Amino acid sequence: MDNPEDRKYTKGHEWAKKEGELIVVGITDFAQHALTDIVFVELPEKGKELEKGKQMCVVESVKSVSDIFAPVNGEVAEVNSELENSPEKLNQAPFDSWLVKIKPKDPAEFDSLMSSQQYNEYVAGLEH
Amino acid sequence: MKLVFEKGMNLSEVEVIRHYSTLSKLNFGVDFGFYPLGSCTMKYNPKINEDMAKLEGFTLLHPLQPVSTAQGALELMHNLEKMLCEICGFERFSLQPAAGANGELTGIMIIQAYFRKKRENRSKILVPDSAHGTNPASVSVCGFEAVEIKSDKDGNIDLGELKEKMTEDVAGIMITNPNTLGLFDQNILEVCKIVHEKGGLVYGDGANMNAMLGICKPKELGIDVMHLNLHKSFATPHGGGGPGSGPVGVIKELVEFLPIPLIEKKGEEYVFNYENENSIGKLRSFYGNFGVMVKAYTYLKAIGAEGIREVAEIAVLNANYLKEKLKKHYNLPFDRVCQHEFVLDDSKMPNGVTTNDIAKRLMDYGFHPPTVYFPLIVHGALMIEPTETETKETLDEFANAMIKIKEEAEKNPEIVKGAPHSTPVKRLDAVKAAREPNLRWKP
Repeated sequence: MDNPEDRKYTKGHEWAKKEGELIVVGITDFAQHALTDIVFVELPEKGKELEKGKQMCVVESVKSVSDIFAPVNGEVAEVNSELENSPEKLNQAPFDSWLVKIKPKDPAEFDSLMSSQQYNEYVAGLEH
Repeated sequence: MKLVFEKGMNLSEVEVIRHYSTLSKLNFGVDFGFYPLGSCTMKYNPKINEDMAKLEGFTLLHPLQPVSTAQGALELMHNLEKMLCEICGFERFSLQPAAGANGELTGIMIIQAYFRKKRENRSKILVPDSAHGTNPASVSVCGFEAVEIKSDKDGNIDLGELKEKMTEDVAGIMITNPNTLGLFDQNILEVCKIVHEKGGLVYGDGANMNAMLGICKPKELGIDVMHLNLHKSFATPHGGGGPGSGPVGVIKELVEFLPIPLIEKKGEEYVFNYENENSIGKLRSFYGNFGVMVKAYTYLKAIGAEGIREVAEIAVLNANYLKEKLKKHYNLPFDRVCQHEFVLDDSKMPNGVTTNDIAKRLMDYGFHPPTVYFPLIVHGALMIEPTETETKETLDEFANAMIKIKEEAEKNPEIVKGAPHSTPVKRLDAVKAAREPNLRWKP
């Protein structure tokens, strides 16, 4: 699956997309593939302060339990509680299933994330 | 199999016997066959241990009866503690923790109490990426932040990263040595030195103690506090046969923080000593899993000081023998002399055959699968620990089965991908079980 060009990426395999003043965050196709079947998602509470690079949510698959990190500093504006009952959506449509919408502290931080091209190269490097 | 319970309660003895005998055949244990579950040390549990634990003098004890009437039990615990101190080089042990994770909790609480007494505020604990999953969990339960340290290309703790992350707000590091790759950390002395120089403490996870028994003492490597697993290294049953026991040993400076009570000898009498104002308190009701202590004590008395060193020697020899036989057929990501276990992966498997398929197919050959997909730092890991209790013949049979599976993967991959074919249940739907857990038996 191609990594859409309309968003930015992190080394932790999260994607981040601008939506008005908010930043929508999910996991990439590479991430869902590595995790295998996802069976549980633990989402943060609305209003929680997020620190860039620190735990934001927890995703549990058949194989492992993994932290999902906040791509930017900010505050939780919205969470996708639909995932609590249907976590498989993260496997089925990773780029259409978001986890959290963040109200960023410093909107400029978003620009420092990787472009889809940079992320493609990063993933290609991992597969060697 | 027909469950006799369907018929109601009017059952003859022979029906009940057949029911339970059938059930017992559906199970797999170390008494049935080879069980190379990495980092679990599924060694044989000698039956004499059970005989000793069943002695009436032990089984009829009540934990609240006067100590003067339970001197034998206290003496056994006292002597077991002394033996564990001798094996590890520590000043004292608490036998109270119920198993490994409870031991980790005890150890981290001791580290916390140590810094609290010194009035130092340290909020982080370092955990290598090759650690057991319980390590970061124990750190987190005690309110510390777990900070990951990467392994270097040889599978040792990366010293550069350690130096960078070992700051004055770090309380210490949790080390499993040999690590979960089955490798003895060649930097261990340097690692402990770096941590100690910054005032931190070193926690040792004793899950892999089997490789070091009688050969090196954790205290002399620089470890300050450590748990052992009597149910792994000291041959008492675990898994479905438990319970476990996770004694925690400490250096002299940390004795005051151990759980209460400690067992002391006053003159000719053994007593429980509750007087320890800096103690972290009690971690389990009464004195721990006493029956397990009797079994471990029996084991140590039976094999003796020479025997215990031989345990480690043969465990390491067995693992290296298997590793050398299998590395021509399976990818060995860290090609070094291993300790009691080693890690292969599925990167050289043809026709899309995965670690999961290999594990399932092993059951058809009558073996319990090894630990799979752990440690997480090796993709598609197969973690194999033969232990010292297996013969060369068994190891050869297992190696032959593994080699046969590789051939099948080349010539007839469907037989591997569809395995197991001979077990009472075939592949279970792990995803459905996790998403829609059914936790209650319904008639």
